[in-house]
Amino acid sequence: MSDPSKEWPLWEVFVRGKGGLSHRHVGSVHATDAKMALEHARDTYTRRMEGISLWVLPSAQIVASDPGDAGALFEPAEDKVYRHPTFYKIPDGITHI
Amino acid sequence: MDKIATYALRLGDDSLILGQRLGEWCGHAPALEVDLSLANVALDQVGQATHFLNLAGEIEGEGRDGDALAFRRDVMDFTNCLLVEQPNGDFAQTIARQFLFSHYQALLFEQMTAAKDTRFAAIAAKAAKEVAYHATLASDWVIRLGDGTEESKARMIAGFDWMWRFADELFLMDDVDVAAIAAGAGVDKAALRAAWDARIDTVLAEATLARPAPRRATTGGRAGRHSEHLGHLLSDMQFLQRAYPGATW
Repeated sequence: MSDPSKEWPLWEVFVRGKGGLSHRHVGSVHATDAKMALEHARDTYTRRMEGISLWVLPSAQIVASDPGDAGALFEPAEDKVYRHPTFYKIPDGITHI
Repeated sequence: MDKIATYALRLGDDSLILGQRLGEWCGHAPALEVDLSLANVALDQVGQATHFLNLAGEIEGEGRDGDALAFRRDVMDFTNCLLVEQPNGDFAQTIARQFLFSHYQALLFEQMTAAKDTRFAAIAAKAAKEVAYHATLASDWVIRLGDGTEESKARMIAGFDWMWRFADELFLMDDVDVAAIAAGAGVDKAALRAAWDARIDTVLAEATLARPAPRRATTGGRAGRHSEHLGHLLSDMQFLQRAYPGATW
């Protein structure tokens, strides 16, 4: 195993699949700088025409919620079904909904 | 082989041999991501080789396709420039080779895209986009290594020391080039030199590297006079077709 302290910093990679879609997280790459991160993202994640645009950002910049807080953060939403727009009658012939 | 076929053969051989060289890095690069980078460049080169060698065989008209030309010729029949057959050395040496060659290829294919012979123009149009990226990738590494640590700089300088004497051959013109230009297929390579020098110098300056001193050019690849390194490369690349002629999978 290589010495983790000598590894290049980690960057998160987001790919826009096609115009109109949002960038989606696809994975991460190691790189010493932003330009290298973009090149590595291009070479690692868009080899099979997966995208038309790339974002990279330093993994260390991501602020994540604490799994221990999941109860307080997410469970209160469980019994609030009225927040889903499921009480509308959908007219016939509407396909993309 | 007629001159236009030979012209296609040279283009194909350049790409093929460089692709094979870069393929040697597979599984050995400094990082997984760099491994993929180099493999991508290698595959682009092999793709270009397939197109140009198939075209060479087609123009020749003796039933040889790209595979026959790649795997069933001996070392003195290869017409690639000496630069692409040079050994990988360390990563900096590989980058030095890639940098010098990709900027040449980028200029060459940009021009060839406008060739009257649409067979050459079509291959060049696809390849131009690929090699533009290779040139950027190699330039970025030259800058990082050149303007990096003391060790990376020393290695980058050593890499250029090895490769520099093979640069002149890229721009040499002979009767094959003249015939290809007359036929609307070829590019005036000598005329690319000034633009190439300018691109190289810009990157070297940013990399805080001095331009290597001029030295006597080593040439001969187009005429089949190769360095000792090419035979070893071919013995790897051609092994399967030599041992099992016609094998497919």
